[in-house]
Amino acid sequence: MKIQEFVIRDCALSAIATGRKAQNLRELRGHLLDVHPDAIYYHFWGGLLRPRFDDPEFNNDFAAWARHGLHDHLLAERLAIIDPTDFDDLEGLRAELIEVIEERLDESELVPWAKADEQFHFIRSQIVVFNTRRTIRHPKNLAAAAAHMSLGSVFFHLIDARRRTPDGVDDFRSWLRDVGDGYPELCRDIASVDPYFNTLHNLRDQITSIFRRHSGRK
Amino acid sequence: MGALLDALSEITGEEVIEHLHQLAEPLRGMKVVHVNSTRVGGGVAEILHMLVPLKQELGIDAAWEVIEGEADFYRCTKGFHNALQGGAVAVSESLIRNFEETNRKNAETLAPKLRDADLVVIHDPQPAPLLRYTPQRKGKWIWRCHIDASRPYRAVWKYLRRFVAEYDASIFSLAAFSQALPIPQYLIPPSIDPLGEKNRELRQEEIDAVYGQFDLDRDRPLIVQVSRFDRWKDPIGVVEAYKMAKRFLPTLQLVLAGGGASDDPEGEAVLAEVREAASDDPDIHILLLPADAHTTINALQRAADVVLQKSTKEGFGLTVTEAMWKGKPVVGGNTGGIRLQVINHHTGFLVSTPEGAALRIRYLFNNRERIDEMGRKAREFVRENFLMTRHLREYLTLMVTLTLGTGNRVELE
Repeated sequence: MKIQEFVIRDCALSAIATGRKAQNLRELRGHLLDVHPDAIYYHFWGGLLRPRFDDPEFNNDFAAWARHGLHDHLLAERLAIIDPTDFDDLEGLRAELIEVIEERLDESELVPWAKADEQFHFIRSQIVVFNTRRTIRHPKNLAAAAAHMSLGSVFFHLIDARRRTPDGVDDFRSWLRDVGDGYPELCRDIASVDPYFNTLHNLRDQITSIFRRHSGRK
Repeated sequence: MGALLDALSEITGEEVIEHLHQLAEPLRGMKVVHVNSTRVGGGVAEILHMLVPLKQELGIDAAWEVIEGEADFYRCTKGFHNALQGGAVAVSESLIRNFEETNRKNAETLAPKLRDADLVVIHDPQPAPLLRYTPQRKGKWIWRCHIDASRPYRAVWKYLRRFVAEYDASIFSLAAFSQALPIPQYLIPPSIDPLGEKNRELRQEEIDAVYGQFDLDRDRPLIVQVSRFDRWKDPIGVVEAYKMAKRFLPTLQLVLAGGGASDDPEGEAVLAEVREAASDDPDIHILLLPADAHTTINALQRAADVVLQKSTKEGFGLTVTEAMWKGKPVVGGNTGGIRLQVINHHTGFLVSTPEGAALRIRYLFNNRERIDEMGRKAREFVRENFLMTRHLREYLTLMVTLTLGTGNRVELE
């Protein structure tokens, strides 16, 4: 049987300001009601490809703003624990964000606010996808290829893929399911990788390690 | 591949350059014109000196034009600059008339190039009205704002906004600088050219030369701020911070090195104030350098132990990027684009007062190993995020999107 090649792609995000900004928690909630879903995506996932050091204090921008802009530690912790992979789509994620914020507004005597130069700015992103001209012909070659993937490739195949593939999985599982018997054990191990509470460096290491463990079994 | 791209690939890796080629493919042969108001001095001119030849190497027909005006025009645009940064600057009707008339004349002179261009990028407020005075244009027009316009003086912004809103898109360095506009606002931080005279690697003797040239003692601690003599860069605050730190570090030396830009008429007044503040301290070296003293600035930044950029407003702060690229920790003002580069305790320290700057200077000289550690992190941070290859990639993406209308996903083969 001829195997369809896995084409390795790379990507970068361009940021576009929406012009929307919030100076207090009520304004943040108001914008979240109808801001473009791409903005919610960017503020949860965009940080992985932005200038920053690995090991950030918070994995999404809403939690970071709650902590550093509003100085509301409790809200920051509640927002930080929201995992976007728990939701089928961005609308579910949006609803959860609003729920957490409304709960906090209900229990607050005063609406938490930020200084003028610490406002929350809603940004959306545009993705640029590159063809690296590299392909993988057989699953046994996945480990070698993954070890040398750029961080943009890791983002594209493990994270962006969830918005593209019909069943919302990464590109590796999507490809493996069409190859041979579908590599169920390998797919199960890939599924166990947590793409959110992680850095792209770590994701690359983890996925490479999984591929190495499984290479030779087939 | 061209010579510039070849040389860059040795710093960034070949993959980064391959991305640029892929992005430029659909743009080959396209006529792109950049317009600003000065060919020398300031960050915008430096960016264009590198960006335009790179676009040419990628097969894009890129050109750079400069508008010309009289003294009143620059007085007016300096007022605009200060107003966009939040200063309550009243600009007289006669200066406004001069501003519009100067733009109308420049539009006439540049008409053939601007009309035929597929893409025109107008930098900062000085040439913003050119679009209005170029009615028969065929291409897309972008307004690129390099200024910290986070809290502009409303009267001036209201006036400038009328011109800006007519563009097809705008570019700001940070989200905080963006404004309510009916056009897309792309966020693209600027960058440095690692191959240029100001950032290239220097031989030790080239660095050593500045000690003799400016009477500096290489065995004593040295802090340096490189920037125009401009109030927003807070050179007086730097002198105050130095004086406070000097009480604890008696051998400390300070260099304040700046040049003028041809579109900045306030520089001399600020320079006089700084000289007054420095009084007769022989360890404060105020250097007024010509606009092309790039090698000297490069050497001074490399000679420094710690670099300061104590701005109170800053569009981006390319001098911060330059210092970090040379492996120096930066004590920077907690404002604008400096926040994007100086990551507290990683690449330097953000400060809000001369006292804060003095405290961090003392800390670093009392913990010398932190100077080296932060410097190493700073250089890698710039390599990943603030070299011109990233800047160019984002420009090309915007060009592809605007001219080909590819929506939220740009897929290149």
